[in-house]
Amino acid sequence: MTTPATATGTRKQLVRVASGQGFWGDWLEAPRRQVEGGDVDYLMLDYLAEVTMSILQKQKERDPNMGYARDFVGAVESVLPAIARRGVRVIANAGGVNPPACAAAIRAVAQKHGVSGDVRIGVVTGDDLLPRLDDLIAGGHPLANMETGDALSTVRDRVLSANAYIGSTPIVEALGKGANVVITGRSTDTALTMAPLRHEFQWAADDWDKLAAGIIAGHIIECGAQCSGGNCLYDWQGIPDLANVGYPIVEGHPDGSFVIYKHPGTGGRISVPSVTEQLVYEMGDPRSYITPDVIADFTSIHLEQAGENRVRVFGITGRPPTDSLKVSIAYRAGFKAVGTLVYSWPDALPKAELADRVLRERLDRLGLKFEHILTEFVGVSATHGRLAGEAHDPPEVQLRVGVRGPDRAAVERFTRELIPLVLNGPPSVTGFAGGRPKVEEIVAYWPALIDKRVVQTRVEVLA
Amino acid sequence: MNVRLLDIAHARSGDKGDTANVGVIALRPEWYPVLERYLTLERVARHFDGVIAGPVERYELPNLRALNFLLHGALDGGGTLSLKTDAQGKVFSTAMLRMVLDIPDEEARSLRLPGTKSRRAYSRSPKE
Repeated sequence: MTTPATATGTRKQLVRVASGQGFWGDWLEAPRRQVEGGDVDYLMLDYLAEVTMSILQKQKERDPNMGYARDFVGAVESVLPAIARRGVRVIANAGGVNPPACAAAIRAVAQKHGVSGDVRIGVVTGDDLLPRLDDLIAGGHPLANMETGDALSTVRDRVLSANAYIGSTPIVEALGKGANVVITGRSTDTALTMAPLRHEFQWAADDWDKLAAGIIAGHIIECGAQCSGGNCLYDWQGIPDLANVGYPIVEGHPDGSFVIYKHPGTGGRISVPSVTEQLVYEMGDPRSYITPDVIADFTSIHLEQAGENRVRVFGITGRPPTDSLKVSIAYRAGFKAVGTLVYSWPDALPKAELADRVLRERLDRLGLKFEHILTEFVGVSATHGRLAGEAHDPPEVQLRVGVRGPDRAAVERFTRELIPLVLNGPPSVTGFAGGRPKVEEIVAYWPALIDKRVVQTRVEVLA
Repeated sequence: MNVRLLDIAHARSGDKGDTANVGVIALRPEWYPVLERYLTLERVARHFDGVIAGPVERYELPNLRALNFLLHGALDGGGTLSLKTDAQGKVFSTAMLRMVLDIPDEEARSLRLPGTKSRRAYSRSPKE
């Protein structure tokens, strides 16, 4: 089904896929640095986290031309010369819940710079299940929560968005039709990297080992610099020049092996330890990394240092995928607020503890009911709990109290009870300049599975 | 001999719903068998007792000299529901590395495992 990768039909022997964004909010400089730092064939931009879709859905409800990752427009603008003149192709799941609107914005920016003739936008749709949700439930697809087993009907009236995670096939199709900017909705992060490798090397849809290799290449670079020295614990003090950190690039080969590297002259470090840290990030059962395209086996991965800031990855195996797609559903799940105050030496911790007791007693006397109240002492035990051991007279402690519950008014009232402690609670308190905590509506994540056959993706390449 | 996990391994953690995963990686290839033998499911469950609400799962990746642990019920509901500072389980990795393992003296000596007073292996000789 794939078309030859080049006009002559000869396959490339080497394809470079650069990661330019690990999440929506990642470094704005990264996409441009990836195309200007050296030759690359593809720029891969990952924008979607689990709850991003619901934020985008809310934006689309307010304005039907919204609902996509707006950062992507600026990113494309920053790399337009590379797309239009140097043949770099861009693949991104920036379409969110509105890929056509995202495409229109990209077309407008190409027109503004007089290169619309050189930008061929491929749009992948079909992942959005929200308009079909009631039909699907009625048709015998309960969309039960993968963690709790509850049927979706229990929260149906609070659902904000529902999107199937889709794989590489529609992206490969868009590339085959000549698109040089491919925009998807909720495609998997890993498919954004695997698709160009599959397209260029013409890997068959059942060549499980190679597809698995492409998926693992995607997993390694999908979090941007997190495999090239960012958030790296191993020898963190010895990692050079993080200010100038190089984002990772996959140099793929037809046999499924690949090298992770970064542009020369950039900071950070690509080493077996840095890549291993990223491989285990968010890992479940390592033998079964399930994607729509293939199940990849992380116990088959071999790594070797193949030069400075180059790690070779080989030996990867995969097996056929399941008959299901994962569905990312977001629903309204009540309200929360989190507030903080800082207590200083002497006796910083006992003061913060007393403030917490006073606050809780007042909430109690007001008869406020919450699903949960959580108190943390930042600087003492917030992240490691009792494992942190005894606090030794810290210079200051941040009291951090959060509440959540279905009743917005109760959460609102909590935010009014915290700050008065500055004048009517224990002494030596500061750090309240931010004022009252903000009440947030909780949009929670509901993972489910659906029969693959009911999800049909569509690919359109805009003329 | 008491050996701090921090001195023989590095780690990264992340989340999947209300579950935190912690990947623990041997600092030197020859130290991986120590992790395999002594960083047991029971030992990790005991370490996080009272810190997490659910059970622990353990997976081996000898090819990466790593173990992967799933800590269920670790994130106060996880994602946007969680009220925790570490709602995404980003630093369960370092909480894991606080563990002190009791390794038989002879084994510790033959593998040149650092005692609790030594400096970390990678502080001495970064190879890359």
